[in-house]
Amino acid sequence: MRWSMVIDLDKCVACQGCSIACRFENNTPAVKPSEAVRGRAMRWNDVFPMPINPTEDTGDYPNVQTRYLTRPCMHCDNPPCIKVCPVQATYKDEEGLVRQNYARCIGCRFCTVACPYGVRYFNWHAPEWDASLAQHLNPDRIQGEDDLEGPAVRPKGIVEKCTFCVHRLQKARARAKAEGRAFRPDEYVPACVQTCTGKARYFGDVDDPNSTVSLLAKSPRAFRLFEDVGTHPKVIYLREG
Amino acid sequence: MLKVDPRDKEKLIDPLFRTGPRFQWAVVALLAVIGWGVYMYVRQLVFGLGETGMTRPDYWGVYMVNFIFFIGISHAGTLISAILRVTGAEWRRPITRVAEAITAFALVVGTLQIIIDMGRPDRLMFVILHGRLQSPILWDVVSVTAYFLGSVTYLYLPLMPDAAILRDNCPEGTPAWQRTLYTVLALGWKGTRTQWERLEKAIAVMAVIIIPVAISVHTIISWILATTVQPGWHSSIFGPYFVVGAIFSGIGALFIAMTAVRKVLGLEQYIGPRQYRNLGLLFATMNAIWAYFTYAEQLSIAAGQQLDEFPVLASKLWGEFAPSFWVMVALMVVAFWVLVIPKLLPASAERVPVFRPRYALASATLAVVVALVLISPQRFPVSLALNAAQQIALTGPAVRTLGWAVVVLLMVGMGLGISPWLKARPVTASVIAAGCVVVGMYLERWNIIVPTMTHPRLIPYALYSPTLTEASLTAASLALFGLMFLVFFKLFPAVSIWEVAEGRVIEEAESKIVIPAPEPTEARRMRQWGIKKG
Repeated sequence: MRWSMVIDLDKCVACQGCSIACRFENNTPAVKPSEAVRGRAMRWNDVFPMPINPTEDTGDYPNVQTRYLTRPCMHCDNPPCIKVCPVQATYKDEEGLVRQNYARCIGCRFCTVACPYGVRYFNWHAPEWDASLAQHLNPDRIQGEDDLEGPAVRPKGIVEKCTFCVHRLQKARARAKAEGRAFRPDEYVPACVQTCTGKARYFGDVDDPNSTVSLLAKSPRAFRLFEDVGTHPKVIYLREG
Repeated sequence: MLKVDPRDKEKLIDPLFRTGPRFQWAVVALLAVIGWGVYMYVRQLVFGLGETGMTRPDYWGVYMVNFIFFIGISHAGTLISAILRVTGAEWRRPITRVAEAITAFALVVGTLQIIIDMGRPDRLMFVILHGRLQSPILWDVVSVTAYFLGSVTYLYLPLMPDAAILRDNCPEGTPAWQRTLYTVLALGWKGTRTQWERLEKAIAVMAVIIIPVAISVHTIISWILATTVQPGWHSSIFGPYFVVGAIFSGIGALFIAMTAVRKVLGLEQYIGPRQYRNLGLLFATMNAIWAYFTYAEQLSIAAGQQLDEFPVLASKLWGEFAPSFWVMVALMVVAFWVLVIPKLLPASAERVPVFRPRYALASATLAVVVALVLISPQRFPVSLALNAAQQIALTGPAVRTLGWAVVVLLMVGMGLGISPWLKARPVTASVIAAGCVVVGMYLERWNIIVPTMTHPRLIPYALYSPTLTEASLTAASLALFGLMFLVFFKLFPAVSIWEVAEGRVIEEAESKIVIPAPEPTEARRMRQWGIKKG
């Protein structure tokens, strides 16, 4: 199995529901406004206008063309982040998910520098939540010996990123096992896919040629972000219009 | 008992056993700066790296710049002294010790920067326990470790006979620990023939081994950047570019350190014009190579104008990094001028009225005035007048461009005026050039790291300004470097005693060789034709 996501930009209404769902699913802390201004806000799933930095072709108001892009981790097949990690705190598992082990990360931030998509976030300070929010954190986590992943609350000084809600995958597998049946790929979707207002996101196994994502990946509208940098992302966008 | 030349004893050994208030005050001042740095670091540990000015996307900042800078400085020593030893350059003898000390201490301070920069320094051992050799950081760990061990050995080997000399020439009243230190470090050195042969062989082997290791160190630091796909870094010339820059800044540091040692300890008779002239030639060459690499690197980006890469270059040429970029260029030009032009000047130039410090001062003042007028804010009348002139002269040459040309011309005039003054003071000239280069190379590291970091592909462009934490830790790092240098040269002679003594023997032997003067052509013909001069 190789997990992949398709985002149909025609259906995306840029409501940022995916960002909020992700934040609550994965216990991403909200930072103070003063920190957010300095670019230290954490949005594993970000929504922003494209191109994000103005170029000569962007145009001036009112003659502008604005598109929006939602950006989870690309879970690249050739991820630049795992190649540079000195301690294997980030790695690609056998199902193509690029995962992050909080118990291993030494906070050198080489992966954040190497990622061309900017999907990786560093914990500049220890996370804080308002009193009521702190009582409603997602208890899910992936924990083992020398391993801590998923929504587990991250300490300061380490890097975190979108995991395609890998804890949901684990839970779905455990449920199938408890019920004594085989696991089906359609039993698992990340929180952003589940919540998407415009039903613009699809998720599934791209190794199965008949899955929705495989069929959509063949669409003439399909493209990937920065194909020229050789990362082979597994998030496939469908062009607008 | 090893004997020592009384000249060397007076200049090199005796000061080690006299501690004046100057030394103590310097140590106290450096310790104060280090103490402040330790306090700021503990604060950073408690509150997190958020105490620095680093942000998303500027994940690497001053600490990374410091790391590359200090590792670059470390190339002063070992590489230069190894190359000079291998090539048998006799003039190296009085400066090898200083050079090798710079290497060892700069490596310690440089490595410290990485630990300061880590989010979880408590997990430092993971790099060994779970290290992935595929990661450029691991390459760096391996090469820096090898370089550190190699350069400490390389510092220690030539120190061994000196330690034995110190052991045998300690004055009365030397503390016991100091005697023990020299005895242990001398490793039972007696100066027998076998011992000398072994030492010479060991030094020769180390000198050859250390050269590729030193080159690998800075190449790998550049590969940390070049192996990513980030705009401005993904460049194939980064390896040699960084090595050249490292040697270049290393010579700068060496000039400053050896002049300081010469001045403080009064070693004018050891470190003389010969060292300054030869090292200065090497310095000017590295300056030219560095300029060539810098130009080549920027040209390929400028000509390509790729959407990701060009904003990085644009920010350096006329954007928010223009001050640091153009100041760097200006410093390097000044360094080159100071090193080269006074040497080209004939001695008779002093008679020409233009080549006077007076003229230089006048030129500089005028240049500053014109530059101030050119950059004066819009509300000043002179600026408005300039704009008006610009409007009128639209068809002709632009007034402001002309103004800048005048500034450049005046600067050249200043450079010419000051040249004979510099020619008469080669040491001052070298230190000016070295200061320019060391600051310029620090800016160069900044101009490589920060513009790329703040111009990523898919994150909004950002600004980066270091905080007090980063400034304090940088100051503390410099102070630590100075302190190690100071303490080391309080314990050991700044000039390798035995190497200088060996050099004297070689010089003396060479002076005895008589090279006959060539026979005049006329005399030779007469001899060949058998004509006796009658």
